[in-house]
Amino acid sequence: MTQIQFSAPTSVDDAVRQLTDGGSAAKILAGGTDLLVQLRAGYARPTTIVDIKRIPELRQIKAENGGFRVGAAVAGAELSEHAEVKNSWPGVVEGLDLIGSTQIQGRASLGGNLCNASPAADSVPAMIAAAATCTIAGPGGQREANVEDIVTAPGQTSLGEGEFIVSFFLPARPPHSGDAYLRFIPRTEMDIAVVGAGVSLSLDDGGKCVAARLALGAVAPRPLLVEDGAKALIGTMVDDAALAKLSAAASAACNPIDDKRGTIEYRTKVAGVLARRAAEIALTRARAN
Amino acid sequence: MGKEEQFDTATQSVEASGYKVVGTRPIRPDGIEKVTGRANFGADCNLPGMLVGRIIRSPHAHARIVSINTDKALALAGVKAVVTSADFPEIGPKARGAGEAPVSFRDMSRNIMARDKALYDGHAVAAVAATTAAIADQAAALIEVEYEVLPHVLDAREAMKPDAPLLHDDLFTKGLDPKPETPSNVSQRFEFGIGDTAAGFAAADVIVEHDFTTQCVHQGYIETHACVANTTEDGMSTVWASSQGQFMVRNYSATVCGMDITKVRVMPAEIGGGFGGKTTVYLEPVAIMLSKKAGKPVKIVMNREDVFRATGPTSGGHAHAKIGAKKDGTITAGELTMEYEAGAFPGSPVQFGCMTGYAPYDIENVKAVGFDVVVNRPKVAAYRAPGAPVAAFAVESALDELAKKLGMDPIALREKNAATEGTQAAYGPKFQRIGYLETLQAAKNHPHYSAPLGPNQGRGVASGFWFNIGGESSAAMHVNEDGTVEVVTANPDIGGSRASMGIMAAEVLGIDVSQVKPLIADTASSAYSMLTGGSRVTFAVGKAVCEAADDVVVQLRERAAKVWDVDIEAVEWKDGAAINTKSDSGESLSLKAIANTAGKTGGPISGKANINATGAGPGFGTHICDIEVDPETGRSSVVRYTAIQDVGTAIHPSYVEGQLQGGAVQGIGWALNEEYIYDDKGCLQNGGFLDYRVPVASDLPMIDTVLVEVPNPGHRFGVRGVGEVPIIPPLAAVANAVAAAADVRMTDLPISPPKLLAAIDGAK
Repeated sequence: MTQIQFSAPTSVDDAVRQLTDGGSAAKILAGGTDLLVQLRAGYARPTTIVDIKRIPELRQIKAENGGFRVGAAVAGAELSEHAEVKNSWPGVVEGLDLIGSTQIQGRASLGGNLCNASPAADSVPAMIAAAATCTIAGPGGQREANVEDIVTAPGQTSLGEGEFIVSFFLPARPPHSGDAYLRFIPRTEMDIAVVGAGVSLSLDDGGKCVAARLALGAVAPRPLLVEDGAKALIGTMVDDAALAKLSAAASAACNPIDDKRGTIEYRTKVAGVLARRAAEIALTRARAN
Repeated sequence: MGKEEQFDTATQSVEASGYKVVGTRPIRPDGIEKVTGRANFGADCNLPGMLVGRIIRSPHAHARIVSINTDKALALAGVKAVVTSADFPEIGPKARGAGEAPVSFRDMSRNIMARDKALYDGHAVAAVAATTAAIADQAAALIEVEYEVLPHVLDAREAMKPDAPLLHDDLFTKGLDPKPETPSNVSQRFEFGIGDTAAGFAAADVIVEHDFTTQCVHQGYIETHACVANTTEDGMSTVWASSQGQFMVRNYSATVCGMDITKVRVMPAEIGGGFGGKTTVYLEPVAIMLSKKAGKPVKIVMNREDVFRATGPTSGGHAHAKIGAKKDGTITAGELTMEYEAGAFPGSPVQFGCMTGYAPYDIENVKAVGFDVVVNRPKVAAYRAPGAPVAAFAVESALDELAKKLGMDPIALREKNAATEGTQAAYGPKFQRIGYLETLQAAKNHPHYSAPLGPNQGRGVASGFWFNIGGESSAAMHVNEDGTVEVVTANPDIGGSRASMGIMAAEVLGIDVSQVKPLIADTASSAYSMLTGGSRVTFAVGKAVCEAADDVVVQLRERAAKVWDVDIEAVEWKDGAAINTKSDSGESLSLKAIANTAGKTGGPISGKANINATGAGPGFGTHICDIEVDPETGRSSVVRYTAIQDVGTAIHPSYVEGQLQGGAVQGIGWALNEEYIYDDKGCLQNGGFLDYRVPVASDLPMIDTVLVEVPNPGHRFGVRGVGEVPIIPPLAAVANAVAAAADVRMTDLPISPPKLLAAIDGAK
């Protein structure tokens, strides 16, 4: 029978060492909401599991340079109760909050949701739209990366052997900014996104859009940053014409598959609808602050 | 109508009825055990030395089994037994069951363990028992099965084509004249009808005609199948199992294993949902055989994927409905042709679809034709009103279109044609007192029906009919020394039946319901009783309970007569006490007093009743559904739902309301999102609750219920079966609401968002 080496280090350096020792068959455990399911189903057969929840940096939320640093293993329920983060980045918090049930929210984390590398991960489009970055620890020390550069394909990331995400940085918000994340599921909860859309935008004092980012989930092998979406909004008053352009850009960026959760045609259409609706919510939020 | 109002209505009806206990809402006897997690379900039984059993299943939709090599598995340390079909007796085609509904034991045996061919993805081909779960998993992977993969077919109409892959080379269609000379996938053709539909259509001013398709759906019970079997050296096998009938498990398991019925004793576990899906066996014979070979108890528990791949579901299929009517709304003719997918062996419920589709209506000319078609899917099992929901989806959707064409209100159209007492049903009988019209009137007068609708919202109405059955039933009743009473029946409590049995016993005995303890006995401790199904238990077993209570009352009067030294005729039973009518002072003896002194008056007091209950009253329901459609995503949300049903008399109204709500929710799931999804190789893609989408609580509003009480003359309290009717109307109620909200007629279930969006965009 297979033996599993389990450890729960309390420092980043120890975790890196243990992960490196474990080699390619090592798995990182944060909340475990994906890993435990994969273990039980026999999809994952690691020989080493390193639990990173006991490392203090991974569980902290703190203000930094006008923005926030959020530990990679902070649970969804903890982030949802953080009034300041929620006020600055409601879309990011909503994205994470959509994952699973109340019980799952006590465990599920931004780091786990990103590194599980599902194209349909709910918190990832919102983080990409937010221009979030992450701090990665590894055998070669620490490095920074954009969230959109982590997932490379379903189940695969750009992280090297022994590397893991320590924290995310959500940048400072200029005035008149807002973000939003919407997903489409046939049910109301306990489901996986058929399409997800995150939008973040900032307006000038006159209401003109000066910055925008659009990200989509579940419409390609990996979460997408849609540059044409941003172009559709920047420099406009985010009027109907601009929103229609955004919607068209979202649909045009899609490269989905036909599967049990949705067809290519459907995902492409709904991506445009959700991008527009998310932008409308982000706009309302931006105008309100 | 809100919950509290309903409660008042029910309370008032109790007062009006003169009943003291019937119609009240005591806490269910099994409630505390269940909410505290102490109740024992199928997987909760553990015995010393128990082994873990695993089933090895076919990864192919259709394949010849060339060979099975179990050597490597048997050589693994900790493996105690392996079985394949070679370990089970070969059962001939003529073997039929006694006691239960007719089943083919040959097919059952071959479904439990594939013999020459695997007929669906998930079909069991071998099983192993080992000392631990990990070893059993390892052993399962070591069993080598060589398959020759064959072409497969999943759809009924495809399977009916002459060049379709053939599942059974010995299957010749029954019900055809002349008898076919070549085998096919059509096991039987059914036809029911009255009058002359051609003449009826000729007399019609308006005709509607639509073709409908539905997908295979699963019962979705939370508890997966589970059992423990302990076969001992004396050839006896004791089985602990969660099922809808311990006698069914005994009979089926013994027959499949080639044992006498007396050699099998079945202990009923609590059941975590069945909905018809636990009216057959999958694991028990395998556990018995593994246990026999290993000489130790064996437990087998299915995982969720096993449940989806190899148990349940009910048929998907096709239906074609054609209805003609006069300008005033009088329906002149109705036709229905249906093809149902039976799964790998014959036995879809298509005949029940043919019988029920037009049953709510008084129509002179009706013709319903059904085809039972085998396909490479799991063999269907009963599911709540088997066959009726798909037929009602077709007929009630077509009626909605008819109402639109006639410019009539959909309830008014149904009222004009409603079956009433004396109506000749097309499937055979003349109805006695029924309450269909009363449900329509209650629907029309319900505030829901006239409530304003918001943007993108639409309202749909649909009705449904179900036979309800009686059948062989037993009850025993023991009066304890302290005056409490045990009520022993032998039907698993799947919908609050302990509570109903207790209430009826208390009503007849005239004592408080807290003094009555309902129990469920194993097969060696009770007379035979048919399984829990067909909405029969509260009616039929309830009848036995009432008669057992009558038996007890006679004995209590006898004892009192002995004490008073009077003739038994002089002793009346009233409010839980014997009254001496010869005494001027109104001398009386309570049940408790008689029980306390039973030893001095003749010994223990117990009653029984063993009956074959007749007089089941058919049930009718009418549902109102409001749906809001998102025109940009095709998503449908149920915003309001009211289920109205003639329930005869509600013995425990809370559990009757629960049946209406549960049935409605399952029907809504069937209509909107539930379906079996297969890949191009015929393998199931969504064998789990993530992608097989039953509604979750937040998807739905509170389902309002209205209990219409038209007592069934065939039961002393007026009980009608209530459990099955409520799943029949929702499919069409939802589709009719979607039609009103989005102006598209959806004839293909489920009305999933991609399908509805395509229809909306296509209609633009």
